[in-house]
Amino acid sequence: MSEAMSVHPEVVTTHDVHHDEHGGGHHKETFISKYIFSMDHKTIGKQFLITGIIWAIIGGLFSVLFRLQLGYPDQSFPILETFFGNWAKGGQIQPEFYYALVTMHGTVLVFFVLTAGLSGTFANILIPLQIGARDMASPMLNMLSYWFFFLASVIMLSSLFIQTGPASGGWTVYPPLSALGQASDGSKLGMDLWLVSMAMFIVSSLLGGLNYISTILNMRTKGMSMTRMPLTIWAMFFTAVLGVLSFPVLLSGAILLLFDRNLGTSFFLSDIVVNGEVLPNEGGSAILFQHLFWFLGHPEVYIILLPAMGMVSEIMSVNSRKPIFGYMAMLGSLFAIAILAFLVWAHHMFVTGLNPFLGSIFVLLTLLIAVPSAIKVFNWLTTLWRGNIRFTPAMLFAIGFVSLFISGGLTGIFLGNSTIDIHLHDTMFVVAHFHIVMGVASFFGMFAGVYHWFPKMFGRYLNNTLGYIHFWVTMVGAYLIFWPMHYEGLAGMPRRYLDKSGWVSFNQFGDLDKMITVVSIIVFAVQLMFVFNFFYSIFKGRKVTTQNPWGANTLEWTTPIRPGHGNWVGEIPEVHRWPYDYGKDGRDFIPQTEPIGANESKH
Amino acid sequence: MDIVTEQRKKLHPHKFTLWVAIASILMMFAGLTSAFIVKSNQANWQGVEEMPKFFWYSTVAILLSSLAIQMALRAFQQREMGKYRSLIATTLVLGVLFIVFQWLGFGELWDQQITFKGAGGGQFLYVIFGLHALHVLGGIIALIVMFIKAFFGKTKTYSSVPVEVAATYWHFVDGLWIYLLVFFLVIG
Repeated sequence: MSEAMSVHPEVVTTHDVHHDEHGGGHHKETFISKYIFSMDHKTIGKQFLITGIIWAIIGGLFSVLFRLQLGYPDQSFPILETFFGNWAKGGQIQPEFYYALVTMHGTVLVFFVLTAGLSGTFANILIPLQIGARDMASPMLNMLSYWFFFLASVIMLSSLFIQTGPASGGWTVYPPLSALGQASDGSKLGMDLWLVSMAMFIVSSLLGGLNYISTILNMRTKGMSMTRMPLTIWAMFFTAVLGVLSFPVLLSGAILLLFDRNLGTSFFLSDIVVNGEVLPNEGGSAILFQHLFWFLGHPEVYIILLPAMGMVSEIMSVNSRKPIFGYMAMLGSLFAIAILAFLVWAHHMFVTGLNPFLGSIFVLLTLLIAVPSAIKVFNWLTTLWRGNIRFTPAMLFAIGFVSLFISGGLTGIFLGNSTIDIHLHDTMFVVAHFHIVMGVASFFGMFAGVYHWFPKMFGRYLNNTLGYIHFWVTMVGAYLIFWPMHYEGLAGMPRRYLDKSGWVSFNQFGDLDKMITVVSIIVFAVQLMFVFNFFYSIFKGRKVTTQNPWGANTLEWTTPIRPGHGNWVGEIPEVHRWPYDYGKDGRDFIPQTEPIGANESKH
Repeated sequence: MDIVTEQRKKLHPHKFTLWVAIASILMMFAGLTSAFIVKSNQANWQGVEEMPKFFWYSTVAILLSSLAIQMALRAFQQREMGKYRSLIATTLVLGVLFIVFQWLGFGELWDQQITFKGAGGGQFLYVIFGLHALHVLGGIIALIVMFIKAFFGKTKTYSSVPVEVAATYWHFVDGLWIYLLVFFLVIG
């Protein structure tokens, strides 16, 4: 190893010479190398974002379709038959179609939008820009990460168009349903495509995660110590660690499931009779799959949530013109959440016959997450407290995130208790809980990020008025959609059911379900308006004229308005302070690049 | 090609990336071997009675290949390119030999009536050893690239980082194989 080290300086210098020549982005770039097979982290981030947006439209549309069924189970919509043919015979959503929609809505939103679209986008764009690096540790792997995601997308999309339809056993694909083609149409080819697509997706997120971690730990500019990093970077770091350690376990589960499906093994199957046929499988354990799935599945919700938390912290501090309250506490709570994320997976399995003693340990660990979560909420609120708040659309979404995180987090305390979970498990209460705390909240973090960093990404602003409409309709709509579901769930209404009108006790919720459906259509329409705003503003938005439009301290605002590959022209700036010196010593903000003054007070 | 700056580095970013990747691969095998342990407590479990003899041959092959790549790395660092080339070639051959032995070992298992049917640990063996072999195959592809560069490359490279990365990965799949073998001998 020591011999290896001595070679190092040599390597680095050759690279340096190379980049002093080309650092400003004067590579000869063709259309293909600049926009398609690009190795520039900013372009790759935009590719993730736009692919994510397309998936979000598809996944959102699916939810509107199954909400039609849930709100109006008896009504027929002839237009659905026009578009979906046999899937909506007579204008009625068929059971197989309904389950396919629910499954794909979950898969698409959880993985393709809120994992790839969220952390893929912002980790790529923000990590090198905010730590002061010219690009990722390995731009090549980074490009491959996007193209594996693209491949996964193509496979998943193609499964929507095959005759037997896409996977339809729920996004958690529990065997034996998902393992046996005889059991349902969605468990035929669609399920194989699902598994292969997810395998590609896992490869993509591992390649991405590896890069994010080694970039953050190895490529920081001079003076950028770990505790001078913006909280966005810390959040992306923990997200990547979670992904790198938990996605491989899902991969192993997916591989075993592929074997069970296609080669007749019995990893998850035992003693099954399907349609009168006795299957030879024995000795398998369906619960084993749940363990493997949720060992990823639980960290996954933090993979989704942590980037939103990081961006919200940053945006909130910038727009309150105040330092983030309790930087070290924020960091510590991110760390605590990342650790606890690995120790709570069995709280998804309280009703599988889990040993109640083991269950009580998981209850304890689950409820422990309330501590770091509460610390974060407290710090966000105290950051807002007596701040000089600028209500930009990004800031509104950041505040909305905190509101949703509180109300969705509180219902987590109900569900985390194994005894109450016996009543609430698989009811609409669960749907309400995770949509608010993980789905909508992370979406809000993502929107906040898009509105805030759009000027950096495209050199133009998003339209503010449309931004405000987007925020208020989405905020009010999210509560109108998901709040009533708590009541339905408390009354015992199950999730995933096609038609509940057979139960007299649920008839009281008929009008409520109609209302939810109408609101979700409105909210979906407003998201389309956001998509319009996004693409319109890329080309026609108001131009950014100053380098630092928000008056922010972090390094990305020291780059040119439209940075080339390599980010900074000339030297990478040196960092002298933490990123949250707002409203200090009578100054509005002090960028990280400014040396500490002689008479400066401590933060 | 990649853009590296004058930042202080304790470990080359590519090496660091490799270590994180190793942690990630380990998690996958941890998932699989813990699945094995969980399932071995289920009904109708049959352990693997006898490890095929080819798995012992493959163990010898991969251990020797690890030695060869370590010597290749040293030769590269001492600029003895002729020795480096022949050692890389040796590693490559031993790596391919390992895969062949694994394949023959699978055949032997299959002949012992350990197939995909039933509830035994044999099925796990195919999956886990098969995935390990895939990782070795990945290493072989990397070695082939290095081999081609060593023989036909026009540009002279003095950086030993790629060789070091390859060597570390190769030692890792070697160590992983030993772990899996011991795991199956003790628990299977």
